[in-house]
Amino acid sequence: MTAARFTPGMTVRVRRAFQPGHVRTPYYARGKRGVVERLCGIFANPEELAYGRSGEPKLPLYRVRFAQQELWPDYRGTAHDTVDIELYEHWLEPI
Amino acid sequence: MAEPPDHNHDHHHPEGAVRLDYYEAMQLAVAELLIEKGIFSADDMRREVEAMQARTPAKGAAVVARAWTDPAFKAALLKNGTAACESLGIEMGPTHLVVVENTPGVHNAVVCTLCSCYPRMLLGPPPDWYKSRPYRSRMVREPRAVLAEFGLRLPDSTVLRVHDSTADMRYLVLPERPAGTTSLSEGALAALVTRDCMIGVAVPKAP
Repeated sequence: MTAARFTPGMTVRVRRAFQPGHVRTPYYARGKRGVVERLCGIFANPEELAYGRSGEPKLPLYRVRFAQQELWPDYRGTAHDTVDIELYEHWLEPI
Repeated sequence: MAEPPDHNHDHHHPEGAVRLDYYEAMQLAVAELLIEKGIFSADDMRREVEAMQARTPAKGAAVVARAWTDPAFKAALLKNGTAACESLGIEMGPTHLVVVENTPGVHNAVVCTLCSCYPRMLLGPPPDWYKSRPYRSRMVREPRAVLAEFGLRLPDSTVLRVHDSTADMRYLVLPERPAGTTSLSEGALAALVTRDCMIGVAVPKAP
Protein backbone atom coordinates (compact mmCIF):
# COMPACT_ATOMS: atom_id res chain seq x y z
CA MET A 1 0.00 0.00 0.00
CA THR A 2 1.40 3.35 -1.08
CA ALA A 3 0.91 6.50 0.98
CA ALA A 4 -0.79 9.22 -1.03
CA ARG A 5 1.55 12.08 -1.90
CA PHE A 6 -1.11 14.70 -2.66
CA THR A 7 -4.08 15.97 -0.66
CA PRO A 8 -7.29 17.71 -1.77
CA GLY A 9 -6.74 21.37 -2.61
CA MET A 10 -3.15 20.91 -3.80
CA THR A 11 -2.24 22.22 -7.24
CA VAL A 12 -0.56 19.63 -9.46
CA ARG A 13 0.65 19.37 -13.03
CA VAL A 14 0.10 16.37 -15.28
CA ARG A 15 3.37 14.99 -16.65
CA ARG A 16 3.91 15.98 -20.25
CA ALA A 17 4.94 12.48 -21.31
CA PHE A 18 4.07 10.44 -24.37
CA GLN A 19 5.00 6.89 -23.46
CA PRO A 20 3.84 4.07 -25.72
CA GLY A 21 1.38 1.41 -24.62
CA HIS A 22 -1.83 1.47 -22.61
CA VAL A 23 -2.22 4.59 -20.47
CA ARG A 24 -5.31 6.15 -18.97
CA THR A 25 -4.14 9.77 -18.95
CA PRO A 26 -5.96 11.62 -21.75
CA TYR A 27 -3.71 13.55 -24.15
CA TYR A 28 -5.66 16.74 -23.62
CA ALA A 29 -4.66 16.83 -19.92
CA ARG A 30 -0.91 16.37 -20.38
CA GLY A 31 1.16 19.30 -19.17
CA LYS A 32 -1.96 20.96 -17.68
CA ARG A 33 -2.41 22.30 -14.16
CA GLY A 34 -5.29 21.29 -11.93
CA VAL A 35 -6.34 21.01 -8.30
CA VAL A 36 -6.75 17.70 -6.47
CA GLU A 37 -10.48 17.26 -5.78
CA ARG A 38 -10.24 13.98 -3.85
CA LEU A 39 -8.25 10.83 -3.35
CA CYS A 40 -10.33 7.99 -4.86
CA GLY A 41 -8.34 5.18 -3.26
CA ILE A 42 -5.45 2.88 -4.10
CA PHE A 43 -5.82 0.91 -7.35
CA ALA A 44 -3.87 -1.54 -9.47
CA ASN A 45 -1.80 0.16 -12.18
CA PRO A 46 -3.75 -0.16 -15.45
CA GLU A 47 -0.54 0.27 -17.47
CA GLU A 48 0.52 -3.12 -16.08
CA LEU A 49 -2.90 -4.79 -15.90
CA ALA A 50 -3.39 -4.19 -19.63
CA TYR A 51 -0.57 -6.63 -20.37
CA GLY A 52 -1.75 -9.39 -18.05
CA ARG A 53 0.59 -8.43 -15.22
CA SER A 54 -0.37 -7.98 -11.57
CA GLY A 55 -0.75 -4.18 -11.53
CA GLU A 56 1.46 -4.05 -8.42
CA PRO A 57 2.53 -1.85 -6.81
CA LYS A 58 -0.90 -0.31 -6.55
CA LEU A 59 -1.13 3.46 -6.99
CA PRO A 60 -3.11 6.28 -5.41
CA LEU A 61 -5.79 7.50 -7.82
CA TYR A 62 -7.03 11.09 -7.66
CA ARG A 63 -9.77 13.16 -9.19
CA VAL A 64 -8.15 16.36 -10.42
CA ARG A 65 -10.22 19.40 -11.37
CA PHE A 66 -9.08 21.48 -14.34
CA ALA A 67 -10.41 24.83 -15.47
CA GLN A 68 -11.70 24.44 -19.04
CA GLN A 69 -9.68 27.51 -20.03
CA GLU A 70 -6.51 25.77 -18.80
CA LEU A 71 -7.27 22.73 -20.95
CA TRP A 72 -8.42 24.70 -24.00
CA PRO A 73 -7.18 28.30 -24.13
CA ASP A 74 -9.88 29.11 -26.73
CA TYR A 75 -12.69 27.48 -24.69
CA ARG A 76 -15.96 29.17 -25.58
CA GLY A 77 -17.99 28.41 -22.45
CA THR A 78 -17.61 30.39 -19.25
CA ALA A 79 -14.52 30.88 -17.09
CA HIS A 80 -15.93 28.82 -14.21
CA ASP A 81 -16.50 25.61 -16.21
CA THR A 82 -14.35 22.62 -15.26
CA VAL A 83 -13.43 19.05 -16.21
CA ASP A 84 -12.64 16.51 -13.49
CA ILE A 85 -10.28 13.72 -14.58
CA GLU A 86 -9.13 10.59 -12.74
CA LEU A 87 -5.35 10.40 -12.73
CA TYR A 88 -2.89 7.96 -11.14
CA GLU A 89 -0.23 9.44 -8.90
CA HIS A 90 2.78 8.74 -11.14
CA TRP A 91 1.30 11.10 -13.75
CA LEU A 92 1.18 14.04 -11.32
CA GLU A 93 3.91 16.48 -10.34
CA PRO A 94 3.79 18.97 -7.46
CA ILE A 95 3.94 22.67 -8.32
CA MET B 1 -11.45 -5.92 -41.96
CA ALA B 2 -9.03 -5.56 -44.86
CA GLU B 3 -9.41 -8.00 -47.74
CA PRO B 4 -6.72 -10.69 -47.53
CA PRO B 5 -4.32 -10.35 -50.51
CA ASP B 6 -5.16 -13.79 -51.90
CA HIS B 7 -8.89 -13.09 -51.82
CA ASN B 8 -10.08 -12.51 -55.37
CA HIS B 9 -13.65 -12.45 -56.40
CA ASP B 10 -13.87 -15.32 -58.87
CA HIS B 11 -16.11 -17.15 -56.41
CA HIS B 12 -19.41 -16.40 -54.69
CA HIS B 13 -19.85 -15.75 -51.01
CA PRO B 14 -22.77 -17.79 -49.69
CA GLU B 15 -26.08 -15.96 -49.72
CA GLY B 16 -26.50 -13.89 -46.55
CA ALA B 17 -22.97 -14.49 -45.28
CA VAL B 18 -21.91 -11.91 -42.71
CA ARG B 19 -18.42 -10.43 -42.84
CA LEU B 20 -17.07 -9.74 -39.36
CA ASP B 21 -15.01 -6.67 -38.75
CA TYR B 22 -11.69 -6.95 -36.89
CA TYR B 23 -13.12 -6.45 -33.40
CA GLU B 24 -16.12 -8.73 -33.95
CA ALA B 25 -13.78 -11.50 -35.09
CA MET B 26 -11.47 -10.83 -32.12
CA GLN B 27 -14.37 -10.89 -29.66
CA LEU B 28 -15.67 -14.21 -31.01
CA ALA B 29 -12.19 -15.74 -31.02
CA VAL B 30 -11.49 -14.69 -27.42
CA ALA B 31 -14.89 -15.95 -26.24
CA GLU B 32 -14.33 -19.30 -27.97
CA LEU B 33 -10.87 -19.66 -26.45
CA LEU B 34 -12.08 -18.87 -22.93
CA ILE B 35 -14.86 -21.43 -23.27
CA GLU B 36 -12.53 -24.03 -24.81
CA LYS B 37 -10.02 -23.57 -21.97
CA GLY B 38 -12.78 -23.98 -19.40
CA ILE B 39 -12.39 -20.47 -17.89
CA PHE B 40 -16.17 -20.23 -18.12
CA SER B 41 -18.90 -22.07 -20.00
CA ALA B 42 -21.02 -20.82 -22.89
CA ASP B 43 -23.93 -20.95 -20.46
CA ASP B 44 -22.09 -18.71 -17.94
CA MET B 45 -21.43 -16.20 -20.70
CA ARG B 46 -25.03 -16.19 -21.91
CA ARG B 47 -26.28 -15.71 -18.35
CA GLU B 48 -23.91 -12.80 -17.76
CA VAL B 49 -24.90 -11.10 -21.04
CA GLU B 50 -28.57 -11.55 -20.18
CA ALA B 51 -28.05 -10.14 -16.68
CA MET B 52 -26.29 -7.09 -18.14
CA GLN B 53 -29.01 -6.52 -20.73
CA ALA B 54 -31.68 -6.86 -18.05
CA ARG B 55 -30.28 -3.89 -16.12
CA THR B 56 -32.09 -0.69 -17.01
CA PRO B 57 -31.98 2.95 -15.94
CA ALA B 58 -34.91 2.14 -13.60
CA LYS B 59 -32.36 1.13 -10.95
CA GLY B 60 -30.62 4.51 -11.14
CA ALA B 61 -33.98 6.31 -11.15
CA ALA B 62 -34.99 4.52 -7.94
CA VAL B 63 -31.74 5.65 -6.32
CA VAL B 64 -32.37 9.26 -7.38
CA ALA B 65 -35.99 9.23 -6.15
CA ARG B 66 -34.86 7.86 -2.79
CA ALA B 67 -32.22 10.59 -2.50
CA TRP B 68 -34.91 13.20 -3.25
CA THR B 69 -37.18 11.93 -0.49
CA ASP B 70 -34.71 10.80 2.20
CA PRO B 71 -32.05 13.37 3.23
CA ALA B 72 -30.06 10.81 5.25
CA PHE B 73 -29.89 8.51 2.22
CA LYS B 74 -28.84 11.42 0.01
CA ALA B 75 -26.00 12.32 2.38
CA ALA B 76 -24.85 8.68 2.40
CA LEU B 77 -25.09 8.49 -1.40
CA LEU B 78 -22.89 11.55 -1.90
CA LYS B 79 -20.40 10.26 0.66
CA ASN B 80 -20.11 6.69 -0.67
CA GLY B 81 -22.25 5.93 -3.74
CA THR B 82 -21.43 2.23 -3.83
CA ALA B 83 -22.33 1.53 -0.20
CA ALA B 84 -25.53 3.60 -0.40
CA CYS B 85 -26.77 1.70 -3.49
CA GLU B 86 -25.91 -1.62 -1.87
CA SER B 87 -27.99 -0.56 1.15
CA LEU B 88 -30.98 -0.50 -1.25
CA GLY B 89 -30.20 -4.07 -2.29
CA ILE B 90 -28.63 -3.12 -5.63
CA GLU B 91 -25.81 -5.44 -6.64
CA MET B 92 -22.85 -3.15 -7.49
CA GLY B 93 -20.15 -5.72 -8.35
CA PRO B 94 -16.74 -4.06 -8.62
CA THR B 95 -18.21 -0.60 -9.30
CA HIS B 96 -16.85 2.38 -7.35
CA LEU B 97 -19.66 4.88 -7.71
CA VAL B 98 -19.19 8.64 -7.39
CA VAL B 99 -22.47 10.57 -7.28
CA VAL B 100 -22.27 14.21 -8.36
CA GLU B 101 -25.11 16.50 -7.34
CA ASN B 102 -26.72 19.19 -9.46
CA THR B 103 -27.58 22.28 -7.41
CA PRO B 104 -29.14 25.63 -8.41
CA GLY B 105 -25.75 26.96 -9.61
CA VAL B 106 -23.97 23.77 -10.72
CA HIS B 107 -24.70 21.28 -13.50
CA ASN B 108 -22.78 17.99 -13.88
CA ALA B 109 -22.34 15.80 -16.95
CA VAL B 110 -20.45 12.56 -17.53
CA VAL B 111 -18.28 11.31 -20.40
CA CYS B 112 -15.57 8.71 -20.89
CA THR B 113 -13.14 10.16 -23.42
CA LEU B 114 -10.94 7.03 -23.48
CA CYS B 115 -13.60 4.39 -24.07
CA SER B 116 -17.16 4.08 -22.74
CA CYS B 117 -16.98 3.64 -18.94
CA TYR B 118 -20.50 3.92 -17.60
CA PRO B 119 -22.37 2.95 -14.38
CA ARG B 120 -23.87 -0.17 -15.98
CA MET B 121 -24.99 -1.65 -12.67
CA LEU B 122 -27.41 1.30 -12.33
CA LEU B 123 -28.15 2.29 -15.93
CA GLY B 124 -27.63 -0.88 -17.99
CA PRO B 125 -25.63 -0.77 -21.24
CA PRO B 126 -24.75 2.76 -22.46
CA PRO B 127 -26.54 4.28 -25.46
CA ASP B 128 -24.64 4.26 -28.77
CA TRP B 129 -24.15 8.04 -28.74
CA TYR B 130 -22.34 7.80 -25.40
CA LYS B 131 -19.78 5.51 -27.07
CA SER B 132 -19.47 7.64 -30.23
CA ARG B 133 -16.31 9.58 -30.98
CA PRO B 134 -18.15 12.90 -31.47
CA TYR B 135 -19.70 12.75 -27.98
CA ARG B 136 -16.48 11.56 -26.36
CA SER B 137 -14.35 14.29 -27.90
CA ARG B 138 -16.79 17.20 -27.96
CA MET B 139 -18.13 16.70 -24.44
CA VAL B 140 -14.84 17.90 -22.96
CA ARG B 141 -14.03 20.40 -25.74
CA GLU B 142 -17.37 22.20 -26.19
CA PRO B 143 -19.79 20.69 -23.65
CA ARG B 144 -22.22 23.60 -23.68
CA ALA B 145 -22.71 23.17 -27.43
CA VAL B 146 -23.24 19.41 -26.99
CA LEU B 147 -25.79 19.96 -24.20
CA ALA B 148 -27.62 22.50 -26.38
CA GLU B 149 -27.94 19.84 -29.09
CA PHE B 150 -29.61 17.62 -26.48
CA GLY B 151 -31.99 20.54 -25.84
CA LEU B 152 -30.36 21.64 -22.59
CA ARG B 153 -29.28 25.28 -22.69
CA LEU B 154 -27.44 26.26 -19.53
CA PRO B 155 -27.27 29.91 -18.50
CA ASP B 156 -23.75 31.36 -18.34
CA SER B 157 -24.17 31.82 -14.59
CA THR B 158 -24.36 28.03 -14.12
CA VAL B 159 -21.06 26.26 -13.46
CA LEU B 160 -20.71 23.29 -15.79
CA ARG B 161 -18.69 20.42 -14.37
CA VAL B 162 -17.81 17.66 -16.83
CA HIS B 163 -16.53 14.40 -15.35
CA ASP B 164 -14.18 12.35 -17.51
CA SER B 165 -14.48 8.74 -16.37
CA THR B 166 -10.89 7.78 -17.20
CA ALA B 167 -10.10 5.13 -14.59
CA ASP B 168 -11.73 3.19 -11.75
CA MET B 169 -14.67 5.44 -10.78
CA ARG B 170 -18.12 5.42 -12.36
CA TYR B 171 -20.33 8.50 -12.21
CA LEU B 172 -24.02 9.11 -11.67
CA VAL B 173 -25.52 12.59 -11.81
CA LEU B 174 -28.03 13.31 -9.05
CA PRO B 175 -30.36 15.78 -10.81
CA GLU B 176 -32.31 18.51 -9.05
CA ARG B 177 -35.83 17.54 -8.03
CA PRO B 178 -38.20 19.53 -10.26
CA ALA B 179 -40.35 22.20 -8.62
CA GLY B 180 -44.02 21.35 -8.14
CA THR B 181 -43.46 17.68 -7.29
CA THR B 182 -44.01 17.78 -3.51
CA SER B 183 -47.18 15.65 -3.74
CA LEU B 184 -45.59 12.89 -5.82
CA SER B 185 -44.78 9.46 -4.39
CA GLU B 186 -41.27 8.05 -4.59
CA GLY B 187 -42.37 5.79 -7.45
CA ALA B 188 -43.91 8.69 -9.38
CA LEU B 189 -40.74 10.73 -8.85
CA ALA B 190 -38.59 7.87 -10.18
CA ALA B 191 -40.67 7.92 -13.38
CA LEU B 192 -39.44 11.49 -14.03
CA VAL B 193 -35.79 10.46 -13.94
CA THR B 194 -34.61 9.39 -17.38
CA ARG B 195 -31.28 7.83 -18.30
CA ASP B 196 -30.14 11.10 -19.91
CA CYS B 197 -30.82 13.01 -16.67
CA MET B 198 -28.41 10.70 -14.85
CA ILE B 199 -25.70 11.16 -17.52
CA GLY B 200 -26.28 14.90 -17.27
CA VAL B 201 -27.38 15.69 -20.82
CA ALA B 202 -30.94 16.43 -19.69
CA VAL B 203 -32.81 17.51 -16.57
CA PRO B 204 -36.04 16.01 -15.16
CA LYS B 205 -39.28 17.86 -15.81
CA ALA B 206 -42.37 17.96 -13.61
CA PRO B 207 -45.24 15.96 -15.15
